[in-house]
Amino acid sequence: MRSRPLALLLAAILLGLATTPFILHGAQAINAAAHICIFILLVASYDLLLGYTGVVSFAHTMFFGIGGYGAGLALAFSPSWPSLALGIAAALLLSGLLSMVIGLLSLRVRALFFAMITLAVAAVFAELASRLSWLTGGEDGKSFEVPELLRASFRLLPDRLFGTVINGKVVTYYLIFAATCLLFLLLLRLVNSPFGRVLQAIRENEFRAEAIGYRTAYYRTAASAVAAMVATLGGVLLSLWLRYIGPDSTLSFDIMIDVLLMTVIGGTGSLYGSIIGATLIVIAQTYLRDALSGLQDLTPLANPDRWRLWLGLIFIFCVYLFPEGIVGKLRAMANRKILPP
Amino acid sequence: MRKTYAILPALMLLALPLVGNPASWATLTVAGLAMGMMTFIMASGLTLIFGLMGVLTFAHGAFVTFGAFVAASLLTPDLAMLPLALLAAMAAAAVLGALFERVIVKPVYGQHTKQILITMGAMVVAEQLIIVVWGADQRMVELPPLLKGSFLVGDATFERFRLLVVAIGLALYAALHLALNRTRLGLLVRAGVEHPEMVEALGYRIKLVFIAIFALGSALAALGGGLWALYRGQLTASLGAERMIDIFIVVIVGGLGSLGGCFIAALLAALLFNYTSYFAPSLASLSEVILLIVVLLWRPRGLMG
Repeated sequence: MRSRPLALLLAAILLGLATTPFILHGAQAINAAAHICIFILLVASYDLLLGYTGVVSFAHTMFFGIGGYGAGLALAFSPSWPSLALGIAAALLLSGLLSMVIGLLSLRVRALFFAMITLAVAAVFAELASRLSWLTGGEDGKSFEVPELLRASFRLLPDRLFGTVINGKVVTYYLIFAATCLLFLLLLRLVNSPFGRVLQAIRENEFRAEAIGYRTAYYRTAASAVAAMVATLGGVLLSLWLRYIGPDSTLSFDIMIDVLLMTVIGGTGSLYGSIIGATLIVIAQTYLRDALSGLQDLTPLANPDRWRLWLGLIFIFCVYLFPEGIVGKLRAMANRKILPP
Repeated sequence: MRKTYAILPALMLLALPLVGNPASWATLTVAGLAMGMMTFIMASGLTLIFGLMGVLTFAHGAFVTFGAFVAASLLTPDLAMLPLALLAAMAAAAVLGALFERVIVKPVYGQHTKQILITMGAMVVAEQLIIVVWGADQRMVELPPLLKGSFLVGDATFERFRLLVVAIGLALYAALHLALNRTRLGLLVRAGVEHPEMVEALGYRIKLVFIAIFALGSALAALGGGLWALYRGQLTASLGAERMIDIFIVVIVGGLGSLGGCFIAALLAALLFNYTSYFAPSLASLSEVILLIVVLLWRPRGLMG
């Protein structure tokens, strides 16, 4: 059932993201907005796995990283559009193949293997990325130039528009915003298609779905490949935004934990949950973290470096007490109004 | 099934001509066996817990780290303190493990997705709490002087501690194997794996067996963590998370729930890792993933699953 508060919340977030460069001046706000867009993609594609297909993957950041490194290394080689396109194509190919290999190997046996194998493969991939320093720049990562249009020194318009200089950074932001909208709509189309129905059927009752005649391993593998490729594109957008690629910005396990938290808090099994989850957590990380540091003299538990302790606790409580997430809760409230118990 | 054990000597013999020099081969092999034994000790707890309760706990690594820190803080140069420190770490981890089963895992029995998510969250929280208690800095761990150093047999050097670890691992495997297959308690555990309701109907309190196995598994993780910290000479709060990768690979390759499979897989992975790092150090961690892929293609349920 549609929920009015949910629709209003989503509209407010969309409007906010569409106008951030003109309303909130300052680097922190636009940086947060760009991260929200990128994480919406990452979380929505992750929800395709966790919420719609019912498998837990810990390699989502690996595909994020493949996209980041694909675009980054291509741009480091030559900061031009064709080179970027080639990098993206190579990254998408690698992600698609890798996710299919992992899926066919583990989902054939039991979905439980998938969680363990993705964790192992992602860890080895992260180690390789920091070991092969001649290619990836190792632990330090690599900085690179982006195409002319996206550089901070570039001016799209000679004058200010509503008090904002339309430089390459703003152009990049709107590129990210547009790509996020497009990919999100594609994912939405996918989960509401017959294919998406089969995924949900598998999640609800795998045995039954197989008995009806659907090859569950095939569907799960296809879903994990789609999710991997969307995450790859998210990584491309992140490296365009940061103009830097390194293990900590994309591959670190901390980002995986963030994605898990956003997915669960927003609400699994609904792509709209990704919008709310990503927005909430990125804003909390950008602004609340500083607030927390004011308390650190009281107890070492409030040290901003212990941020993950609190995220982890919130995560556990959400999975126990609030498994339907914010979107699920709002929808349940809307249902209750129409059908009183 | 017994034939599967033959993989180990086969791999060692195959590596001998590749390494060439028998002395370095012997050193590499003993080092690999020691590493494998430690991974086995850590992974055996996970595989036992899964076998009995069908719970895959991602927080297992937290007990590894916890055990390592408890053992390291109790350690003195006195040799007699070493077993005491390890036993204390195991006891503390056993208590925490039992608590963990009651508080965290019990509400989500039978729900795999939630188990994975919750135990992963618990792992993150535990790692942060360990940092709060013991600090984020790297900590040096000194072996008692009597166990330091190595001795020569011909040209091959053997570190004393590595041999000790191999002995502990073998003894532990034998003890677990006998306890599972030759004792009344082991019978109960195996019956619980097959048919928990039936065991309960016969008047046994399967819940207590569950808690006991969780405590045992956590104690084994702590023992493995303590030994690993001593072996490396240093530890940080991320030790457990790093070991989890090897532990998972070993548990899958061996076959989820199989103790013997876990033993073989641990030794196999560690030997392969050591031989590979002799030839191509940067590819060593890839060797374990390749092992995983090959085994899953050959036997999708693991060596003994």
